[in-house]
Amino acid sequence: MHKKLSTFSVLYKILERDIKVAWRRQSDVMAVFFFFIIAASLFPLGSGADPKLLNAMAPSVLWVTALLSCMLSLSRMYASDYADGTLEQMMLSNQPTVLIVLMKILAHWMLSGLPLVFVAPLIGLQFNLSGAQLQILALSLLMGTLALSLIGSIGATLTLGIRGTGVLIAILVLPLYIPVLVFGAGAVNAVSIGVSPNGALSLLGAVLAMALVFAPLASTAALKIALE
Amino acid sequence: MYWNSLSEFLAMGGYGFYVWGSFGLTFAVMTIELWLLKKRQKRVMQLVKQEAI
Amino acid sequence: MKNLATKSGFNWLKYASPKTFYPLAGKLIPWCAISAATLIAYGLYIGLLVAPTDFQQGEGYRIIFVHVPAAWFSMFLYLLMALYAGMGLVFNAKLSYLMATAIAPTGAMFTLLALVTGSLWGKPMWGAWWVWDARLTSELILLFLYIGYISLQAAIDDKTRADKASAVLALVGAINVPIIFFSVKWWNTLHQGSSISLTKAPAMAAIMLQGMLIMAIGFWLYSIAVILMRVRCEILERDSKTAMFRQD
Repeated sequence: MHKKLSTFSVLYKILERDIKVAWRRQSDVMAVFFFFIIAASLFPLGSGADPKLLNAMAPSVLWVTALLSCMLSLSRMYASDYADGTLEQMMLSNQPTVLIVLMKILAHWMLSGLPLVFVAPLIGLQFNLSGAQLQILALSLLMGTLALSLIGSIGATLTLGIRGTGVLIAILVLPLYIPVLVFGAGAVNAVSIGVSPNGALSLLGAVLAMALVFAPLASTAALKIALE
Repeated sequence: MYWNSLSEFLAMGGYGFYVWGSFGLTFAVMTIELWLLKKRQKRVMQLVKQEAI
Repeated sequence: MKNLATKSGFNWLKYASPKTFYPLAGKLIPWCAISAATLIAYGLYIGLLVAPTDFQQGEGYRIIFVHVPAAWFSMFLYLLMALYAGMGLVFNAKLSYLMATAIAPTGAMFTLLALVTGSLWGKPMWGAWWVWDARLTSELILLFLYIGYISLQAAIDDKTRADKASAVLALVGAINVPIIFFSVKWWNTLHQGSSISLTKAPAMAAIMLQGMLIMAIGFWLYSIAVILMRVRCEILERDSKTAMFRQD
């Protein structure tokens, strides 16, 4: 018998393991990152480079691209652990499944959402965004991408082990992403029209809080159904 | 009765296309749903009979 | 559970099993269908022949006699579907899952009808087939939610898992519906300039309201009849042994 680990250290181990595994397959993580940069850079090529137009489009373009980037990696969130039985082992351990799920979500966010928070302002510069707009863009993405990972986890667990998962996850998850998109892009838009972004940001925070409570629960229920 | 003549009724004060389009489409779709269900019911019944034998 | 059922004197749980529900549904369908047809016919008579014109919108307003009931039931059926899905998960009742499955296509159909008739109303009133109005947008998103539910159900081969997984999705969707609708409304007010919104509904004459309510009850009975028909098909398709007990 090995020594009994505290809940905290077990959860930390799960998080550490997920990040290590992802690090071994860096190309997957980098792909999401590059997808965001390339896809966002395509829009000016389609619309023309009028700085005013680009500035008006930027919140929507950057937010929708971020949303799609986060979605791309959802199908991998649980898939490999599900395929090799690790997930079942984790759930059989005496740690609450909700917390395990929360750690998986956190790992996903750190690998696919968080990098976007840092690169988005750079892309924002290409779209002629002002300093104030860039700040709010980064802040809204910081809160919003975590909500995206949380909500996305529901789609990932519901479709676990089904063939042709990618498109199905998109259909399930995109409608649920709408409030995050509206309030996230809305905060940046508020700055553009000279209104305080605080209202939009608090609403985004409320959505994040709701997702923090409900998404792990729903994901846990979906995991149990998938593993039955 | 609100209308004076049939042609007036059909014209719907110039909104004929939109009003009749809405009503027609609604009931067409509802009828199609019913028809598809009837077809499904028939197919299921046949399947059940085959299995019973 | 058993105690509760016997105490109440009426064994309602008996009807929670597909086997006993099947003949009961069979008896209910003709009644619902006949009353639906009668009420819809009467509603059409009031809406198209009796009701006076609207002084603001002219005869174009008559579209609301189908549009509003369709929009009501698109939303109501989604909530009903989520309710059955939730009951299925809580009581592990097969019939509840079957009901949720059977409701989805009819709900999606009413959503589509609400969108199309709304657009047919919008063209003469707003001058455009589609306007990013808060209500139309919400209705469009509701259609996406229905599509998600139906796609997930269709994608999973194991029926038991499909029922449970789509039930979780329906519940998640139902929690999200108010948030989504609120966010769309908020979005609509933020971008005032880019959209036209019908802020106040025209004052309705009593006869108009009456016609609309009658149509709504007719649509409701139609929905019940169609949903029960679909449940019966589902029961037979999944468990043809039940067919031995069928009474037509």
